[in-house]
Amino acid sequence: MSRRISRRSLLGGAATGALIRFPAPAIAQSAPIRLGLLTVKTGPLAQGGIQMEQGALTYLKENNAMMAGRKVELVSADTGGNPAGAKTKVQELVERDKVDVILGPLAAFELYAISDYVRQRKMPTLSLAAADNLTQRTPNPFLLRASSTSSQAMQPLGHYGATELKLKRVVAIADDLAFGYEEIGGFQAAFAKDGGCLVKKLWSPLTTPDYTPYVAQIGDCDGVCQGLAGSNPLRFMKAYADAGLKYPVATGEVGGDDALLKSFGNEALGLISCCPYSLDFQSDGNARFIGEMVKNFNAVPGFYAAGIYVNCQVVDAGLKAVGGNLSDKEAFMAALGKVSLDDTPRGPIKFDHLGNVIGTFCIRRCGTEGAKYGLKLWNKIVKTYENVSQFWTWPENEFLSHPVYSRDYPPLTKC
Amino acid sequence: MSFWLLLTVNSITFGGLLFLLSAGFSLIFGLMRIPNLTHGSMFMVGAYLGTSFLSGALGFTLNFWAAAILGALEVAVLGALMERLLLRRLAGQQLAQVLVTLGVSFMVADLCLMGWGGDPISVATPEGLGGFVRAGSAVFPLYRMAVIGIAVVFAIALWLMLERTRLGAMIRAGVDDPQMARVVGIRVSQLFTIVFGLGAGLAGFAGMIGGPILSVYPGLDQDMLPLALVVVILGGTGSLLGSFVGSIIVGFIYNFGQALLPELAYFVLFLPMVLVLVLRPQGLFGGQVL
Repeated sequence: MSRRISRRSLLGGAATGALIRFPAPAIAQSAPIRLGLLTVKTGPLAQGGIQMEQGALTYLKENNAMMAGRKVELVSADTGGNPAGAKTKVQELVERDKVDVILGPLAAFELYAISDYVRQRKMPTLSLAAADNLTQRTPNPFLLRASSTSSQAMQPLGHYGATELKLKRVVAIADDLAFGYEEIGGFQAAFAKDGGCLVKKLWSPLTTPDYTPYVAQIGDCDGVCQGLAGSNPLRFMKAYADAGLKYPVATGEVGGDDALLKSFGNEALGLISCCPYSLDFQSDGNARFIGEMVKNFNAVPGFYAAGIYVNCQVVDAGLKAVGGNLSDKEAFMAALGKVSLDDTPRGPIKFDHLGNVIGTFCIRRCGTEGAKYGLKLWNKIVKTYENVSQFWTWPENEFLSHPVYSRDYPPLTKC
Repeated sequence: MSFWLLLTVNSITFGGLLFLLSAGFSLIFGLMRIPNLTHGSMFMVGAYLGTSFLSGALGFTLNFWAAAILGALEVAVLGALMERLLLRRLAGQQLAQVLVTLGVSFMVADLCLMGWGGDPISVATPEGLGGFVRAGSAVFPLYRMAVIGIAVVFAIALWLMLERTRLGAMIRAGVDDPQMARVVGIRVSQLFTIVFGLGAGLAGFAGMIGGPILSVYPGLDQDMLPLALVVVILGGTGSLLGSFVGSIIVGFIYNFGQALLPELAYFVLFLPMVLVLVLRPQGLFGGQVL
């Protein structure tokens, strides 16, 4: 649509322009650092998204909104939990709100949608979302991930299932999208490596009100692995218990998220999960973090809140390393990649050369023992794996030589 | 064998829940000629209110059934208010009315998020119905069987109301021919308010009844609304028998479709709806063309 500029409006525009004071170049030390948070505050993924914001606010409150001697401002954007929303909001944060660093997004498909944009705009992004390939075969140099890839928590789980639970035949069920495929793929690869075999893979739509049709197909096995997200794990466990099935159920970081503990009932007793963050993790950093979350929001943190809190810790450490100077984005990313922290709520972390975290992952069992903070159920840590990378125990080259985990990879074999 | 048995029984129970949800939708659609897009929201609000009553929001805890009924009554009032204050102003403009219901559904979803938070809320099975029924190697939760019973009770009650009471006669007249009904002296706009309230209340009740099976979470409204739509289009708008039969059919399609053709789960659900719209738009039992 073209409009001819009338002379009047041109003169008027010029006059107004003369009145605008062009801001003097911001002196690095005094201008505030703007953190953009891509989160989800509406719709089915809101539960995690609200926690993400709480995690960021908790960190800022604890540190008087200062990082490396500079003031910090947080700008929150609600993507709605879908790729199109994520694209819109990231553009707003970068172009309109002029943020310096982005935290988030929440979902793997959102991250895939914004990856090219943040790379093009050289915007340091500390992701919470999984999406394996962005730190594997198609790495993004402006992406850093302190949480976990989709498969990073499931690989130790597969190993644990085969070696400690002594499972041999497992039925897997997950949401029918990238996150689900990558989770189950990771479990299957590690489980098979230690002698187990996946009997069947069930993919349910993200929107499934009633899991009974899927539960009806679970049989001829000695265990179940689920990779469901949002509030789906709740309904799955209910349908599973309602069908009278008793095989042990193992799940990953979102299926057994501590934030769901208050919503689960007896159907979750005995649920095994592998998560980078646990309320049960004993460390000064964690005790402080939980205390602050409860004080500020009357809410017990889970994987999402802890993930963003740790991201803030990493940004803070990176900023200190570059002396608060964000003018050189590549140098800042390099400094972030070298961050190594000992006292985070999830234990010691560092990063591999592709920008993904190497850290502690814990296997927990859900029970009533040790329950605190008014909860009736508690995920008690039964095994700790330290220095877990996204490649588990495979050499990096070997891991990267096979395709990314997908619906059909690894393929099912005869059990 | 137990796979087929489990799915068949679950189809009927899910159908029962769908009936409670869609009976109201069908009546509203048949009488007022608008698909009420807040119907899913009413289902969700009834469930949320019920959980609040269960956990003592009134200062004392109610039992499951009282919580369900009280929640339903509140939702009925909300529905009636919405009809009087919003929809009546747009009388005759059906498109505008549909858009208003859509807008209200978004607002309700956000309000629920503010009021009850983003975490899913589990609803405990009511006492006495927590056990299992065993048939051979198959196991059926007693509560799900009870849902069939509740659906049948409501179906009979609604049928009696429609066939035997004056209100029912007026509703039937309004569904068949609103202009003629007005000519005969039936106050059709007052009827709209009553039916809207009744439909909303039924949806709210269904929400709480579905609670032990589905739990309550943000997004429940959007998960259930398409199912209600499919039931009503298949069965025919304004027809109670259509709702009942449609619900059972959709229950079967949902369960067996998801189990046997999971990649095509939604296709399988909506294909019959598309076929019905093309081949027999009034649905199986509807007297009205849409």
